[in-house]
Amino acid sequence: MHELSIVMSIIEIAESEINKAGGGIADEIELDIGTLSTIEMEAFDFAWNQGIRGSLLEDAKLHVNRIEGKAKCLDCELEFPIENYYDSCPVCGGHFNQILQGKELKVKTITIQSTVDG
Amino acid sequence: MCATCGCSSDTHDHHDHNHDHSHSKKIVDVEQDILHQNNLLGERNRGYFEAKNILALNLVSSPGSGKTSLLERTLTDLKGEMDFYVIEGDQRTTRDADRIHATGTKVTQINTGKGCHLDAHMVMHALQGMKPKANSVMFIENVGNLVCPSMFDLGEKERVVIMSVTEGEDKPLKYPDMFHSSTLCIINKTDLLPYVPFNLDKAKEYIQQVNHQLPVIEVSCTTGEGLQDWYGWLKSKVLIEEEA
Repeated sequence: MHELSIVMSIIEIAESEINKAGGGIADEIELDIGTLSTIEMEAFDFAWNQGIRGSLLEDAKLHVNRIEGKAKCLDCELEFPIENYYDSCPVCGGHFNQILQGKELKVKTITIQSTVDG
Repeated sequence: MCATCGCSSDTHDHHDHNHDHSHSKKIVDVEQDILHQNNLLGERNRGYFEAKNILALNLVSSPGSGKTSLLERTLTDLKGEMDFYVIEGDQRTTRDADRIHATGTKVTQINTGKGCHLDAHMVMHALQGMKPKANSVMFIENVGNLVCPSMFDLGEKERVVIMSVTEGEDKPLKYPDMFHSSTLCIINKTDLLPYVPFNLDKAKEYIQQVNHQLPVIEVSCTTGEGLQDWYGWLKSKVLIEEEA
């Protein structure tokens, strides 16, 4: 259940960004999670709901961009979508895949709602 | 309700509030890898190993594939040839560390409690306590788990995934991330091949499909068959001792 460690890391990153911005709370958070990134979304959602309690992300709207896996065949240079590392090239049948995308796991943006006293 | 000052926005207007404030929204481009903190510490460990010319290996497998048995054999057979250190990762107990200790090797046990993997931070603290000598070999035996440890860089030079013939030959397909991120695959318990339905050729084919660069070494820690290949690989990775 590494999803909870992932959620806790996201909260750490977000809280540090909010502090840098001078305080407030997160209104929205946008994540890139590739389909090849070993994150089980069901487990992630469960961990998310538990993890954000009492944090600056408690009321944040979560947006997850699922980045589809894409590979390049090193035999025939074809670029094609993959769901698994072991998917073969649809043209030449080879397994010499170079992963181009799908392993993303990052915090893209945070919308911070801050209070400015005047 | 206003989440910032606690005032109830439906009963009075915000702008009449006695300490006049306004809410502003700001979008911050973070673009930060979620495992950034672990990766930084992993690189820190890597720098430590490189500076001291230590070969660090991360041993990963499912529980019961023979990580500790392989270490016991290796530490005993190569005693005197290299300086070894071992970091043991388990949820509970010091049983594995006790087995390593019995071979006369310096060992530190990390108990992860509920955790399912070692991370770079735990390894960093273990290193601070061990203070390994330069020009040595550091084995880090991860928690028995083919899923989570694949995501956490510990700063190792080589990642060795171990599977055994008492498991299914389709392990590489079922847990592709681990096989994809490893630099050597050891197939253990080959002495049991006559008694189990494990298909060695199929296993190698699956390994190639997931990671075409992954070399495979077949061993039996019980009979010692194939261990010379493993020792040969290990010696080829040990860096030449630096002149003082």
